[in-house]
Amino acid sequence: MAEVLVVVESGVKKVTLEMLTLARGLGEVSAVVFGEADHDKLGEYGASKIYVASGDDVDGYLVAPKASVLASLVREKSPAAVLLASTQEGKEIAGRLAVKLDNGLLTDAVDVAADGTATQVVFAGSGIVKSKVTRGLPIVTIRPNSTTPSAQAAAPAVEQLTVTVADSDKLTKVVERVTEQKGSRPELTEAGIVVSGGRGVGNADNFKLVEELADLLGGAVGASRAAVDSGYYPHQFQVGQTGKTVSPQLYVALGISGAIQHRAGMQTSKTIVAVNKDAEAPIFELADYGVVGDLFKVVPQAADEIRKRK
Amino acid sequence: MNIVVLVKQVPDSGAERTLSADNTVERASASNVINEMDEYAIEEALKIKEAHGGEVTVLTMGPAGATESIRKALSMGPDKAVHVSDDALHGSCAVATSKVLAEALKTLNADLIIAGAESTDGRVQVMPHMLAERLGIAALTGARKLTVDGTQLTAERQTDEGYEVVTASTPAVVSVWDTINEPRYPSFKGIMAAKKKPVQALSLADLGVAPDEVGTAGATSQVLEFAPRPPRSAGTKVTDEGDGGTQLVAYLATEKFV
Ligand SMILES: Cc1cc2nc3c(=O)[nH]c(=O)nc-3n(C[C@H](O)[C@H](O)[C@H](O)COP(=O)(O)OP(=O)(O)OC[C@H]3O[C@@H](n4cnc5c(N)ncnc54)[C@H](O)[C@@H]3O)c2cc1C
Ligand SMILES: Nc1ncnc2c1ncn2[C@@H]1O[C@H](COP(=O)(O)O)[C@@H](O)[C@H]1O
Repeated sequence: MAEVLVVVESGVKKVTLEMLTLARGLGEVSAVVFGEADHDKLGEYGASKIYVASGDDVDGYLVAPKASVLASLVREKSPAAVLLASTQEGKEIAGRLAVKLDNGLLTDAVDVAADGTATQVVFAGSGIVKSKVTRGLPIVTIRPNSTTPSAQAAAPAVEQLTVTVADSDKLTKVVERVTEQKGSRPELTEAGIVVSGGRGVGNADNFKLVEELADLLGGAVGASRAAVDSGYYPHQFQVGQTGKTVSPQLYVALGISGAIQHRAGMQTSKTIVAVNKDAEAPIFELADYGVVGDLFKVVPQAADEIRKRK
Repeated sequence: MNIVVLVKQVPDSGAERTLSADNTVERASASNVINEMDEYAIEEALKIKEAHGGEVTVLTMGPAGATESIRKALSMGPDKAVHVSDDALHGSCAVATSKVLAEALKTLNADLIIAGAESTDGRVQVMPHMLAERLGIAALTGARKLTVDGTQLTAERQTDEGYEVVTASTPAVVSVWDTINEPRYPSFKGIMAAKKKPVQALSLADLGVAPDEVGTAGATSQVLEFAPRPPRSAGTKVTDEGDGGTQLVAYLATEKFV
């Protein structure tokens, strides 16, 4: 059986486990690790081989060295497919790889069939297409929360790759990495539960209410563009067309009207719950459960009730 | 500084979007607009020109109807535009698009190429790095802040965790998010002036790209089927009469979220 390469950016995120799960349907799974990752975890989810590329040449520059390492690996191993995460960096690596190999690529897939056909959600969640790479091997980026990871133990052999990076891959230096993510909340795109606040939350201070509910539910915090533009919450938490696409089990919208551009980032969520004081707000058209009411009354009461039940 | 801004025309995301019979994005009947993120790219280019001098050129690959978006882009202030258009380009994949744009860029000798971080129709986020790869120049993508100091570029690249500071020298491709600036509105004078600004038309032959390398003929991937997702339907809606929060949690409990 041919190898399937799964690209692990750094650490092992949930989307990595999803990719490993999907990859098992396509061939013998090999993880490609840039930097450091929990090898045991990769083995637990079925990686029978782990290629490791590390060092300053990979880490110190933006994207290009990773694509080069991957391209040589593809040339050497002729894998059946390459899977990457549908994150900014995952897509950027995939784009460069596609150009290097003069190969097709498919982004934002939620599934990949044994023959390489990918299922993609398009137009902000309003359509589904099935597509195939018709030149070269399938290079596919997988959207987080596409599938439920399932374990299948393997004992991976680890192979350290010799990294030789050309000067042309060292044009953009990464001089600093700054973490702004607060607390220990799950990452927005990977979270099983997302609690988002909109303009109705009123100010930055009130966002504590949104955070409190998110923490009680073990979820991530999101925000509408109006909330971000008004300075209530940082931009990297924006959900929607020009923000993140999320697809959690539960999405809670607090004081969000439900504009089409907001829906674009959340309408594939499994269950949607909304609190809004305007009974006519469009968010109720897609909410499985909606409360017409003042969020400043409803949310604290809900928080108390959850505490009681714990 | 010689700056080229990449501007793509896309179907308005506020309206219904679909694929046409040949499984390419329906553009003919759609109401088309400038890809929103590209307006931020135009603004950034104009700010750099204002601070450092130079010229701003808009580059678009798209059907004849894209001239409308090109004029709109020019009304914000760029000096001129290049429109790559050819019947053979219909149905081009990202790989082919990057080939065509790279060839067009080679004729323009830009110090700085500024693009949007992503387009709303494809949301692929791949074009800037594909172009950097083809042109062998630096890419600073996903910028929320850009500083130009002579030939030295420094950008804050937005990440899921925060940001990265990245540096490179020109020539380079930069892509920007909507956090970088506030695009100006075209003035009446700008709109009038845009009508007279030069728009150079380029065909595939002008660029030396063979028709079978692009479009449906040269596509590296193919859409097999398209189906609209069934719209969501409204569920239960209750009005808070003092116990809305409790009821909400009762619902979450039946769904096993608490
Ligand atoms: C090109 C483009 C891209 C865009 N991209 C995005 C995007 O990525 N993400 C995004 O979210 N938007 C995006 N937008 C903006 C979008 O159109 C809406 O303007 C935005 O989503 C509105 O945010 P909101 O629902 O928080 O605010 P509003 O529409 O102002 O709604 C606030 C809601 O809060 C309710 N409310 C007020 N007070 C209370 C209270 N005390 N209790 C309960 N409810 C209350 C109100 O009834 C109202 O329904 C985009 C727009 C464009 C044109
Ligand atoms: N056909 C095109 N013509 C001009 N610019 C484009 C085209 N396609 C993509 N771009 C640029 O590349 C950016 C990223 O697009 P994408 O990779 O398609 O998400 C866009 O915001 C544009 O600036």
